[in-house]
Amino acid sequence: MIEIRWHGRGGQGAKTAALLLAEVAFKIGKNAQGFPEYGPERMGAPITAYDRISDTPIRVHSNIYDPDYVVVVDESLIESIDVTAGLKEDGAIIVNTQRDKAEVEAEIRQKGYFGRVYTIDARHISIHTLGRYFPNSPMLAAVVKVSGFIDEDVFLENMEASYKHKFAKKPEVIEGNMEALRMALRELK
Amino acid sequence: MEDMKKRVQLSGNEAVATALRQINPDVFPAFPITPSTEIPQYFSNYVANGLVDTEFIPVESEHSSMSAAVGASAAGARSLTATSSCGLALMWEELHVAASNRLPLALTLVCRALSGPININCDHSDSMGARDCGWLQIYAEDNQEAYDNMVQAYRISEHPDVRLPIMICQDGFITSHAVMDMELLPDKVVKDFVGEYEPERYLLNENGTMAIGPYAITDYYMEARRAQAQGILNAKKVILDVAREFEKISGRKYGLFEEYRMDDAEYAMVLIGSAAGTAKDAVDKMREAGKKVGLIKIRVFRPFPAEELAAALSKVKGIAIMDRSESFSSNGGPIGSELTQALYHARCKAFTVNYMYGLGGRDLQVIHVEEIFEELMALEAKGDPKDSVSYRYVGLRDIADPDHKQISYLCKPENSEQA
Repeated sequence: MIEIRWHGRGGQGAKTAALLLAEVAFKIGKNAQGFPEYGPERMGAPITAYDRISDTPIRVHSNIYDPDYVVVVDESLIESIDVTAGLKEDGAIIVNTQRDKAEVEAEIRQKGYFGRVYTIDARHISIHTLGRYFPNSPMLAAVVKVSGFIDEDVFLENMEASYKHKFAKKPEVIEGNMEALRMALRELK
Repeated sequence: MEDMKKRVQLSGNEAVATALRQINPDVFPAFPITPSTEIPQYFSNYVANGLVDTEFIPVESEHSSMSAAVGASAAGARSLTATSSCGLALMWEELHVAASNRLPLALTLVCRALSGPININCDHSDSMGARDCGWLQIYAEDNQEAYDNMVQAYRISEHPDVRLPIMICQDGFITSHAVMDMELLPDKVVKDFVGEYEPERYLLNENGTMAIGPYAITDYYMEARRAQAQGILNAKKVILDVAREFEKISGRKYGLFEEYRMDDAEYAMVLIGSAAGTAKDAVDKMREAGKKVGLIKIRVFRPFPAEELAAALSKVKGIAIMDRSESFSSNGGPIGSELTQALYHARCKAFTVNYMYGLGGRDLQVIHVEEIFEELMALEAKGDPKDSVSYRYVGLRDIADPDHKQISYLCKPENSEQA
């Protein structure tokens, strides 16, 4: 079983990304669970979302305390939340940032986590491909690449089908989102 | 393609909304409240897109949504509403009106804590607070069960031996907002299973007059209440009959409760809702370590399966009874009180400990369940487990401790000793 914890702020789409990841895993025949944990209901408040992906049925309904992967959608949360809590040393953390990877890695090391650290500039990718800041597509691609539970081409095919369904009334945004995924797969550091 | 069962991934709310689309009820009045809001939201889309021909009524409060559902049901329609938490509390008066008028309407309840402090997360304060309103209550462990229970609801509720309103409960956020793998039945199969509603007596029947909500003083009130109790008494058999028929169309088996690894169990946990899934993982883990533990998940709380539960628990040494709502009785929670009464009547020898867990969404983890079983074994080993009579809190934080470490807390008056 792969367990993933997402840290974001209300309105950034961390919950949507977690649910999309569960959908992708489900479509390739895995058992999957995706769920949010809500704090105060307002834009900008910290929210946590979770994914479980497994080859066997999933019954557990508690939150995830020892994740394999952590995705930080909003790096300002690193200061206020213990984002690496329980994160497995052979797992990894992915941070959305415009800073140098070395700087972020040093910050994570200071928190006492010595596993793999990846960074991605989801803002740049999103603005370049969609013209607006929607970090969830790039972050989704990043976690797929790092966790490796699905072949990248199969992932892209499935996402294209999902976007066609999801954006049936806004087909013009499909290609932008697909390009955001492809760019994120290339630009993950 | 439409005639086939379909594997899908849906949230608990969308799963129930989908069942309702397949049922296509006559009248659905609704007022939004977290975490149940999505159910009428999805459903209003079905209405707008012409997938159902239900009369959807956006009303101004939950008092009104239940009143409108009651009125529609009395008129002869198949009706329902959805709510959570304080919304259910505001329906209190109408819940009794629905049950005492023997109106077979449905309520899809997404369980959430009651105030205060104000909290949007899951516990069973709302449904347990309404446990004596005369409604049938069925609970779900996951999205599949929430869907399956909704499909079975009207068959039970409208049965001539029952004729009572039914509450289909699922856990707020834990299942309502989590997407999980599940199977949908084909639309036609659900439609045929649920069938057309043909009320025997109803207000819009021009060939037969009737009174709804009449006045009865000392001469008839007790007889009316006794007649109402018969509906609840009859419901057990109907629930089991409907479950057997449901198994034929779905392949999924349901009872009044589910027994998990109980065959040779020495210690058992009894609980309701989504936490059962987590507890099953803990049971498997402990079984691998050679510990004889098992679990009973109550599906039907009203009617309460007293004799059946006592029989299923007749061979165990110790029982952890888990409550997700505080009834402030100083004597434990609702499941604790009702189950210990059942065990006493059956002269069951097992000792029980009543645990409060998961209030306001506090997470119950696999480790907590393991600790509870270990505590039962330690009490038994002490030789006199009767000192467990009081009830305990699981995963309570010690606010005075700087690390806020979680403790198991025995509830006793302050002038007696604490464990």
